[in-house]
Amino acid sequence: MRPDFLRSERLPNIWCPGCGNGIVLHALLEAIDQLQLDPDKVVLVSGIGCSSRAPAYTAFDNVHTLHGRAIPVATGIKLANPDLTVIVVTGDGDGSAIGGNHLIHAARRDVDITVVVFNNYNYGMTGGQASPLTPSTSITTTTPNGNLDRPFDLVKLAAGAGATYAARSGIYFTRHLIDHLKKAITHDGFSLVDAVAQCPTYFGRFNKKGSAGQMVTSQKDWMVLKSVAEKRTPEELVGKIIIGEFVNIERRTPASAGAPKEQA
Amino acid sequence: MSEMRVLMQGNEAVAEGAIAAGVRFYAGYPITPSSEIAEIMAKRMPQVGGTFMQMEDEIASIMAIVGASMAGKKVLTATSGPGFSLMQEGLGYACMVEAPIVILDSMRYGPSTGMATKVSQMDLMQTRWGTHGDHWVIVLSPASVEESYQLTMRAVNLAEKYRNPVIVLSDETISHLREPIDTSIPKAVVDRRLPTEKAGYLPYKTDETLVPTIANVGTGFRTSFTGLVHGESGFQTANGHVAEALVERLRDKLFNNLDDIIQFETDRVEDADILFMSFGITARGVSEAVESLRSHGRKAGSLRFVTLFPFDDDRVRKAAGNARTIVVPELNSGQLVLLVKRVFGDSRKVVPMNKINGDLISPQEILSFIREENL
Repeated sequence: MRPDFLRSERLPNIWCPGCGNGIVLHALLEAIDQLQLDPDKVVLVSGIGCSSRAPAYTAFDNVHTLHGRAIPVATGIKLANPDLTVIVVTGDGDGSAIGGNHLIHAARRDVDITVVVFNNYNYGMTGGQASPLTPSTSITTTTPNGNLDRPFDLVKLAAGAGATYAARSGIYFTRHLIDHLKKAITHDGFSLVDAVAQCPTYFGRFNKKGSAGQMVTSQKDWMVLKSVAEKRTPEELVGKIIIGEFVNIERRTPASAGAPKEQA
Repeated sequence: MSEMRVLMQGNEAVAEGAIAAGVRFYAGYPITPSSEIAEIMAKRMPQVGGTFMQMEDEIASIMAIVGASMAGKKVLTATSGPGFSLMQEGLGYACMVEAPIVILDSMRYGPSTGMATKVSQMDLMQTRWGTHGDHWVIVLSPASVEESYQLTMRAVNLAEKYRNPVIVLSDETISHLREPIDTSIPKAVVDRRLPTEKAGYLPYKTDETLVPTIANVGTGFRTSFTGLVHGESGFQTANGHVAEALVERLRDKLFNNLDDIIQFETDRVEDADILFMSFGITARGVSEAVESLRSHGRKAGSLRFVTLFPFDDDRVRKAAGNARTIVVPELNSGQLVLLVKRVFGDSRKVVPMNKINGDLISPQEILSFIREENL
């Protein structure tokens, strides 16, 4: 990764020791580097939360918006200047709860932006509350007796809403994560990468997941590559999270949509 | 230039005024009584090389225009009270990051869904105080279709000049009114100032104008926007001195330029013993009432707020002449009158006149009110 992609004067970051956000950010910067994108034409847009602080540590144009609102701002930027590579950095709460409506509509419109969800299964910034991606029965500060709700499957949600690229990866599988971020960024159309990271401070501690290191390495035990999962029975996949590419299709422009019929 | 009279609807005049001022990005969500603006922009934006987006709600609409503004476009969204409520967080964000945006709020009857097709002036204080935290906005109030065109142009120019949200506060009646307007009026267009030097670039560093020269994203300046308190670098800080300086500057960049921003329209204030203060559609009833009172020998006058905010007490006091009685007719339970009372205290008799049944205040009602109240 190119060191000049980071603003060293903004470091150290605000993240807790053992936080997974740094690894997702590293993977994102690595992907941008490997794709040899013009750094002047990359814009990172974020909402509010731990992960949404990431763009301000980078040397790109960075837009820290409001809670849940990164996607409409990114939509405005992309449509105003289609030459830019617009990447949304969001979290599970920011992206799928308060920003959930914007997420599905951006997917439906197939806006050519990439949404990277730093998914640590809880709201870290505010002290470890449940998010729409918190697994059922998990302990958080707002589910002290275990989460009664079911989580979204974010890639399926995006796919159902019309995303033309949707993938999931985990930070243990860094190469896999970088590869899928690259594919998402180069994809012509709306793309989403659900990047599973760890929050050892809250989610990990409350649910006795062990140290940060254990949380990372355990991903190899409960994450299954999509190609492997396809050969497994449903029983064998209970409690497993499947990673890989779930949607990768060409964007479709309605045949009747075209240039305006008259000129001013 | 020869006069070009065109019959237009108020909402159409807003759309065309915006286009004349250079607006090339519109995002919005359908709502009565502003929907025609979105419909017109859906057709017109592609014709002028612009972009129209129908968003999923008003929250997304205002955020999309903020994004497009950051990328260098002149932008507009239009809504009414219920949608304007949803836009409040985005309005505060635009104030904080200093994104030039224009919002058209066509007031309908509230609170809540209220009466969608009935006029009111109930959003006045919402334009000023709807979003949280100390912040300052410019609010302009048209009283005709032609002025809807002119003030929308002016709103775009002021937004660009001061890098601040500007609200055009219209209402259901003016939105749907059809009047001839002169579209040959001079079209002065103001563009935001942009930085020239990449070396040592600080997006929020300002000169004596106090207006920053922030680069548009994607132009190689690697700029930073955040709704968090930020210093000249555009990056977050929790330093109280920086916070204080920022919020003071957000105020002063407007308040140092009140001569440029504030406009009143006055009629026979000099010798008036009874003065009407109003804004928007209500001022039209006032105008006829003043005419009638004068024809009966009563020294009546009027002051119409073309700029509602910033509201400068001294300028209002100076413009008000010496009338001992000031009547404030408005289509709400008393919002503008609070400001007028603040200006004059007990030095004048300030009388509220309110109507909240969804209809306009007619000149006859004003005359009856004067008679019944012995004013």
